[in-house]
Amino acid sequence: MVMDKTKSKSSKENYNLKPGDFNTGRKPTWCPGCGNYGIWNSLKKTFVKLYLIPHEILIVYGIGCSGNGANFIKTYAFHALHGRALPVATGAKLANHKLNVIIMGGDGDGVGIGGNHFIHTCRRNINMTYLLHNNKVYGLTTGQTAPTSDEGFKTKSTPSGVLEKPINPVLLALASGATYVARGFSGDTGHLSEVIRKAIKHKGFSFIDILQPCVTFNKQNTYDFYREKIYKLDELESYDKSDLNEAIKRSMEEEKIPVGIFYQVERPLYEDGLKQIERKPLVDHIITDIDINRLLKNYY
Amino acid sequence: MKVSNLTWKIGGEAGFGILSTGKIFSKIFAKKGYSVIDNNEYPSLIRGGHNTYTIRISSNEIFSTNKDINILVALNEETIRLHQEEVTYGGYIVYDENDCNIGDFKKARKDINYVMVPFSKIISELGAPKVMVNNVSLGASVALINYDLEILKNVIKDIFGRKGSEIVNLNIKSSELGYKYIKEKLKINIYELEIVKPVSKMLVTGNDAVFLGAVRSGCKFYAAYPMTPSSSILHLFASIEDDYNIVTKHAEDEIAVINMAIGASFAGARVMVATSGGGFSLMNEGISSAAMTETPIVIVLCQRPAPATGLPTWTEQGDMLFAVHSSHGEFLRVVIAPGDPEECFYLTGEAFNLADKYQIPVIIMLDKYLSESHFSYEKFDFKNITVDRGKLLSKSKDIDGGYRRYFNTDDGISPRVVAGIEGGIHIANSDEHDEDGYSEECAHNRKIMVDKRFRKIKKLIEEIPLPKIYGPIDAEITIWSWGSCKGPILEAMNILNQKEKKVNLIHFTYLYPFDSESIEGIIGESNKNVVVENNKTSQLAKIIMMNTGYKIKNKILKYSGRQFLPEEIISGIEKIE
Repeated sequence: MVMDKTKSKSSKENYNLKPGDFNTGRKPTWCPGCGNYGIWNSLKKTFVKLYLIPHEILIVYGIGCSGNGANFIKTYAFHALHGRALPVATGAKLANHKLNVIIMGGDGDGVGIGGNHFIHTCRRNINMTYLLHNNKVYGLTTGQTAPTSDEGFKTKSTPSGVLEKPINPVLLALASGATYVARGFSGDTGHLSEVIRKAIKHKGFSFIDILQPCVTFNKQNTYDFYREKIYKLDELESYDKSDLNEAIKRSMEEEKIPVGIFYQVERPLYEDGLKQIERKPLVDHIITDIDINRLLKNYY
Repeated sequence: MKVSNLTWKIGGEAGFGILSTGKIFSKIFAKKGYSVIDNNEYPSLIRGGHNTYTIRISSNEIFSTNKDINILVALNEETIRLHQEEVTYGGYIVYDENDCNIGDFKKARKDINYVMVPFSKIISELGAPKVMVNNVSLGASVALINYDLEILKNVIKDIFGRKGSEIVNLNIKSSELGYKYIKEKLKINIYELEIVKPVSKMLVTGNDAVFLGAVRSGCKFYAAYPMTPSSSILHLFASIEDDYNIVTKHAEDEIAVINMAIGASFAGARVMVATSGGGFSLMNEGISSAAMTETPIVIVLCQRPAPATGLPTWTEQGDMLFAVHSSHGEFLRVVIAPGDPEECFYLTGEAFNLADKYQIPVIIMLDKYLSESHFSYEKFDFKNITVDRGKLLSKSKDIDGGYRRYFNTDDGISPRVVAGIEGGIHIANSDEHDEDGYSEECAHNRKIMVDKRFRKIKKLIEEIPLPKIYGPIDAEITIWSWGSCKGPILEAMNILNQKEKKVNLIHFTYLYPFDSESIEGIIGESNKNVVVENNKTSQLAKIIMMNTGYKIKNKILKYSGRQFLPEEIISGIEKIE
């Protein structure tokens, strides 16, 4: 059996960590007011709520402002290449499925350069959590268009306005087979940390599209913009999270922006199909003297 | 006629089981102790097109296939048209008059013999499917060289066993009928192989050997995207992953492949990936990620002729400089090019140890000829592959407080931890970083970290062996070569050196790092130098010049998508003034 990722050596009884214990001591380099602060705080809060301890967590980061978070959160971390956080996380999880694996990356990272990895990771349903920092602009490279930028959005690389339709990460995740698909808002850390907590607890691949204002390069999708448009799916009386059609319909709303869990179902994990890790993680095998006589015989 | 060497070739349309037929024929000789080397040629398609399988059988040690064919089995007319020329003086062509109009061919080669065996008629009388003509040809071939039909029947049973007894029996029956046709109707036998010590030999390709070496080395995660000629390694891993506790992942592309492997390695598993040139191109950015984060990885590059899609199912050594210089930035890597399957096996073991000990990418280069040709060996002694994981800390208690992932040690190698253990928290960072792994851009730190990563070269270069010298030390001509050219060169050398000490070979299995000082010494001592390479631009000569300043002017190069035959090297050597 694959271990539930929330079950680790940490226990409720003697747990005394606070969100601040997940700080590395390095000072964040994000702009004042950056949405990353909200995500950073929500995540640390969630770790505490789930009684997780730093060395049992692996966060794989992409490249971008969000990726720079690798320096500020104290867990095992792999700061991967641009767009490649998901495959790195996949490999690490398959090698040691006892690790709690979280992936953090921006919209360019996740649905631009890493878009192929995103759809394939969704369909795999590996037990890990992906937080997409969606600020609809390229921040670290100083303000070019993103795959999630709205049509007509003017940037340094699209001075006359974006000619393409934006990618809708929630819709893409739903279409690709993710089993937990949610949206959060970095301006509402209470709600966001609940969505993250449920994502980490979810058995399967959980995806959160986090709307995150970029105060420096995106003057369109601001805190006020979102506050005005956002409504919470969990506050709807009859919303059925297991209804894919309903989730798809809601994900396509533009006038009002739903946040919360669009879709959540259970489906066998990728790991469940791997007999070779049923008894213990790959990394726990002793490899010093593997007998290959059985294999060699096939060649005579 | 008693012979010590025999070359047999079968040709026919793709989809007619040429590959499995050839493999059976190779196996029946390896099983009885003969030396066997084979080579299969096929186009990049599934049905139609022309396939061949060439097998050299010998009662002595051999190193490669050769040019002259003794028996050519033609399952269609095209085979005769394309390969009649390769048949040696006095050799034989076995054909079916139903498929081939032989008249004109006979006129062109009066020095060879044509043996008509009615493959199709035999098959239709038996009521067997047409594809089984290849079994008739196997039976006929066995009879022609007075070999043991029982061995053929046993191998057929082994290979087709899982398809059920009805199929096995039909296969056996058709081979018996081919055998009888020669023995009872034509009453000829043309060759007889000299007797050898009856030991059963294994038959392995370079890809098989890399796979075996990797499993022995404790590879626990193998990822790949199918690409000829590397794909058989993926199939092999997938077939045993449950038994050997290995995760095999056919990922969405080669970018995912290498990054998944890097993730698994970071988590503490031994990892390998394999591909050909195109996939290696996609993997390139990942190689530098492994280098910067100091994550061990073994990458197998099975070359094929490029650029672009090139000749997918043919052979070339065109990617050496690409591998040596792969990816952006300056960093240490090891590039290994085994010369035969035996070297593939043991050097794969070395590759894993070097990757772990120096925390760097290690690239193993094969090519289609080495990847897919079978070579016979008495055995691989797997105990000779030992596992050395270097400075890997897998338990919390091994950590000596205040862990720093990129600690600036004297030898440049910093202790690495298995991710997830208490006390070992760190960032593996693709950004330049300080000793703790935190992103750091200051000039002072940058220099320290670049020097730290490059300082590993001192120990590494002491550890990796120099190129091997074959043949007389004081030869008149020294051949410089690498990888799979080894076999054809050794064959050529044996012939050239029969009368005088004409040629020796300096063969590189480790291409990089390049030990300039030692190589300069060797070049200085040799007389006439020549490179032999399966490429257009003599990449070994270039790397020698780049590192020693010495220009090797004589070049024997082949870039037709086919590997060297010994005869071609001999004629190249003879032209050197």
